[in-house]
Amino acid sequence: MNDQHTTGAEPFRLAVVSGGTSDPSSTRMLADRIASRVGALAGERGGAVAVDVIDLRGLASEITTAIVSQLMGPKMTRAIEVLGRADGVVASAPVYKAAPSGLFSSFFHVLDNDLLIAKPVILAATAGTARHALVVDEQMRSLFAYLRTMTVPTSVFAATEDWNSSELGERIGRAAIELLLLMESGFAEQVRSESWKHYQHEYGSAGGTELDIDLGTDLMRLATGGAAPPRRKE
Amino acid sequence: MQFGIFSVSDITRDPVSGRTPSEAERIDAIVKIAVKAEEVGLDAFAIGEHHNPPFFSSSPTTLLAHIAALTERLVLTTATTLITTNDPVRIAEEYAMLQHLAKGRMDLMLGRGNTAPVYPWFGQDIRQGLAIALENYNLLHRLWREDVVDWEGQFRTPLQGFTATPRPLDDVPPFVWHGSIRTPEIAEQAAFYGNGYFANHIFWPTSHSKRLIDFYRQRFEHYGHGTRKQAIVGVGGQAYIAKRSQDAVKEFRPYFDEAPVYGHGPSLEEFTKGTPLTVGSPQEVIDKTLTFHDAFGDYQRQMFLIDHAGMPLGMVLDQLELLGGEVVPVLRKELASRRDPESADAPTHAGLVQAKYGDGPARQPSPNANRGDNVTGASPYQDGDVEAEYPAIG
Repeated sequence: MNDQHTTGAEPFRLAVVSGGTSDPSSTRMLADRIASRVGALAGERGGAVAVDVIDLRGLASEITTAIVSQLMGPKMTRAIEVLGRADGVVASAPVYKAAPSGLFSSFFHVLDNDLLIAKPVILAATAGTARHALVVDEQMRSLFAYLRTMTVPTSVFAATEDWNSSELGERIGRAAIELLLLMESGFAEQVRSESWKHYQHEYGSAGGTELDIDLGTDLMRLATGGAAPPRRKE
Repeated sequence: MQFGIFSVSDITRDPVSGRTPSEAERIDAIVKIAVKAEEVGLDAFAIGEHHNPPFFSSSPTTLLAHIAALTERLVLTTATTLITTNDPVRIAEEYAMLQHLAKGRMDLMLGRGNTAPVYPWFGQDIRQGLAIALENYNLLHRLWREDVVDWEGQFRTPLQGFTATPRPLDDVPPFVWHGSIRTPEIAEQAAFYGNGYFANHIFWPTSHSKRLIDFYRQRFEHYGHGTRKQAIVGVGGQAYIAKRSQDAVKEFRPYFDEAPVYGHGPSLEEFTKGTPLTVGSPQEVIDKTLTFHDAFGDYQRQMFLIDHAGMPLGMVLDQLELLGGEVVPVLRKELASRRDPESADAPTHAGLVQAKYGDGPARQPSPNANRGDNVTGASPYQDGDVEAEYPAIG
């Protein structure tokens, strides 16, 4: 249990990433419902949640720029900062053609592989038909597995017919408590402080924060006139 | 402080005329560009190395030797020489030869190359690229400093009693820059050997390049080559200059929009805001370049990319007039007035000779007669420490 958070001294920072493109967008509305449920549950338990929203529609041109040129625009830079300091994430995508939207996927494709390590994430998606229901678990979950997030067991999917059902509210409640408990446990902080170096990083990765240089590696020995380690048999 | 230009050697369609030059035209053009660089008062010209179309520069030393013959002051260098897919023995030989022909007016910058398919053409594997680069330089370093080298590593066949010929001019190895944008191991190697570190300051904001430059300076001092300020730093940049700012933007935009590396991506405005690219008047280029000095401290070489993305020869030559005529003279004055007296001079052959020999004579090795190998006996050179003795025959 992280005392700092439960005493209410500092709220949990929850980043909401929404791939919705209309205004208002059901994808954003779903994300907001989840975020406010997390906030309400935290409040009941004496905590608080501060929400930052990253609406990908406003980042669309910077996302494509980042894909073709690696240049991060100012909005992308801010979004990366928000995600880098988030205690938890709600990632909500519209489903197009049986897949999370390209805008949503592309945003996560250009993030550093190690930006979100161990962070608790709720995955959510919206669609016009229940036939898309497995997109969250079969496609989005694997993307976040690659990013090594701590994705909560309950995913939230809302097709048109779900919006007025109490079951959706219950699923949101389940996902929200799962996320909150993971945030309260300090799991991400602990993994990152105790095991960070066991994950693969590049210099300047993790949104520009990974700047430690290990001078004791085989490559560093080679850089300073030593011998290369024997090649592995392939 | 040296100012120069560096070319990738791309042969790109001119988006305005729609025409793609032939290899022959572009090779002729690059020679004119280099000669012009000297005419307008620049100090250095660098060419890249590629082994695939649409690039022409597979053989940098041949080109640079030709330019050396046509110029008198210009330092000929590379951006970069591939330390991965080239055999370090060939690099030692070719660049020592260039050094002799250019009378020392050369150095080289080492880089890895990031085109995966090129590696297997030369029997290498990009996944080992960094280890290959580090090991190959360790060998290259010795080949230029030891007359006879015994060596064994992971990435090339072993050497026994090998002598790289010709020995470097005045027995002073060419100066080496290690180029890297985000690889601490390369900065560490540059610092370990007291070589130069070059940050290709083109695609990322200044804060990004500063991180490894600072690391290199700190490690340079750690290895006892001098203070941080005495470390030798080069920086790449790019500019498009016109007398009036709005003309620069208008003229350069079609080339920017279709440039091979960042074309069809960010807008010109986004890119100039987020990276060191300057498109504008001479004063704007001066102002932006001075911000690099604010961030990095005194550095020894500033290179500009000005001939890429299909820009026709006439346009490049006009750029050189403005760069050499209006931008660089002001930068020289401004940077000289800000320069810390402790910081290092730009590397030159004369400076390296002075550092090695003082006012004494430089070594001029002459070989002994061929005895078929370097393994038996002593030095292959007449000034070797030990006289070789051979058994009398008959």
